[in-house]
Amino acid sequence: MTDALLAIDGLSRSFGGLKAVQNVSLSVREGSLSALIGPNGAGKTTLFALMSGFLKPDTGTVRFAGEDITGREPHRNAALGMTRTFQIVKPFAAQTVRENIAVGAHLHVRGRAEALQNAEAVALRVGLAPQLDKPASDLTVAGRKRLELARALATKPRLLLLDEVLAGLNPQEIAEMMPVVRGIADSGVTVLMIEHVMQAVMHLAEHVWVLAQGQLIAEGSPAQVTSDDRVVEAYLGHGTAARLRKAASGVAA
Amino acid sequence: MKGSTKQLAGIALFAVLVACVPFVTKSGVTLNFVMMALYATLIAQAWNILGGFGGQFSFGHALFFGTGAYIQAIAQLQGGINAWVALPLAIVGAALVGLFMGALTFRYGLKGSYFALVTLAFAEVFRILALSVDFTGGGVGLMVPLRESVGNLQFSSRAGYLWVVLAMVVAALLVTWWLRNGRFGAYLQAVRDNEDAARAVGVNPFRVKLGAIGLSAAFMGAAGAFYVQVFQYIDAGIAYGPAVSIEALVAAIVGGMGTMWGPVLGAVVLHLLSDLTRNLFGELPGINMVIYGTVLVLIVIFVPRGIAGIGLSVRQLWKPKGGRHD
Repeated sequence: MTDALLAIDGLSRSFGGLKAVQNVSLSVREGSLSALIGPNGAGKTTLFALMSGFLKPDTGTVRFAGEDITGREPHRNAALGMTRTFQIVKPFAAQTVRENIAVGAHLHVRGRAEALQNAEAVALRVGLAPQLDKPASDLTVAGRKRLELARALATKPRLLLLDEVLAGLNPQEIAEMMPVVRGIADSGVTVLMIEHVMQAVMHLAEHVWVLAQGQLIAEGSPAQVTSDDRVVEAYLGHGTAARLRKAASGVAA
Repeated sequence: MKGSTKQLAGIALFAVLVACVPFVTKSGVTLNFVMMALYATLIAQAWNILGGFGGQFSFGHALFFGTGAYIQAIAQLQGGINAWVALPLAIVGAALVGLFMGALTFRYGLKGSYFALVTLAFAEVFRILALSVDFTGGGVGLMVPLRESVGNLQFSSRAGYLWVVLAMVVAALLVTWWLRNGRFGAYLQAVRDNEDAARAVGVNPFRVKLGAIGLSAAFMGAAGAFYVQVFQYIDAGIAYGPAVSIEALVAAIVGGMGTMWGPVLGAVVLHLLSDLTRNLFGELPGINMVIYGTVLVLIVIFVPRGIAGIGLSVRQLWKPKGGRHD
């Protein structure tokens, strides 16, 4: 895979006796929009932390744009072009939306005025323009998710790791957010997202990896993985795949 | 950038107004008050750079104050160095101590109360060291001989000292202006508000905090050097004792952390208060500290954002309803 922007190989990390991530290998193609799914506690966020440098792996390597970045600090990875967002949003609460986004823009822009201007442009892309001068602490959950996205986007990343940007949003907000994510991918940014909202995964992702109990159990197109027995059982429990099939054939007959 | 230009104009206006005070009054009491309020502003603003903008609450800023003071005194007494030359040495020396302590504490990710305790411990260790070694004069302290002349950075009237400390305060205000309008300041406040989020977008928190503690310590060192020039005396208790550390953080917190004018307001208000109480209740020693403490508690309860935050709160009350909750 020569065109892999991010390639991880044999990545493992334990916390005490808990093997959070075990021997995971995957590679993200440049320009793709893919998803990482799995039941709660599968190790998705840990895997993100290992990729972006917030955690150091016990074993395995992370390569970004051909460079070995295993265990490298997050701020250096951001400078290389890999930026992550957080599932639990982390706004700079004391500052305005504009100032929040400008912190991201400062990665490539020294001047304050220019960074604030860039922030405005990014806010427009994610639909935050009307809230630019509000304190970040005044935003709704949906607003904070957008802010999280905007701040990461302002760093002009090549690879964006989105950790559940749709979690906690109502159906209407999800419908509004999906085109935003799509637009980011269309603008040439490679996106890897952790997502629980299957509607979004089905509509957005070209490729899906399924993680369960720290291990990759399936990968493929969204349609492929959702019909995979192991995936169904990872979510619904042992034996459910066969039961579902039986029920379905019973209905057909 | 209209706002930032306005802030610069504000600093210029403040500088000119305060610089004119000696031409308006020759009253020693007034000049002394203004000088001491400026001195308190300087240490509050120094603390504010690290504590207010960086969110790293130091309880041991006396460490840098004392280092600056001792360098200023020792350079003159033992090195025979001119006071004007000693001053930059004191500032740089204090900054280096700041960088050293910052490197140690921030390297290991100390935050919050742990950072506060370590800074307190550092200051105490230096206090005990200063008591036990010879070149600091031990428990006797160091006395800088009185030789009043501008060349010696000793003035016959308070006006000279006032202008010197005013220059330091203006420099500190210009640094806070830069923090509010530059990339470094944006990074520093980002680290204060959420370190992980800052790291994710490319901020190196270690470097940012190190820069802040270096700057903060430099201004503390300047204040220490100024103290030696005014009072011509320093000992371990004054230099590294908790009094200076507390004065610095109280004035900054009362005035408003992370603001430009908060520490100025805090220092002036607290000085007025302590002067008033000392004059009113002179026969009850210590009562000014009791009132000091009471005011601090009241401020923390009722105006947690400090005096500078009152204006903001009032403005928000006047905002049309509903604007805040959509």
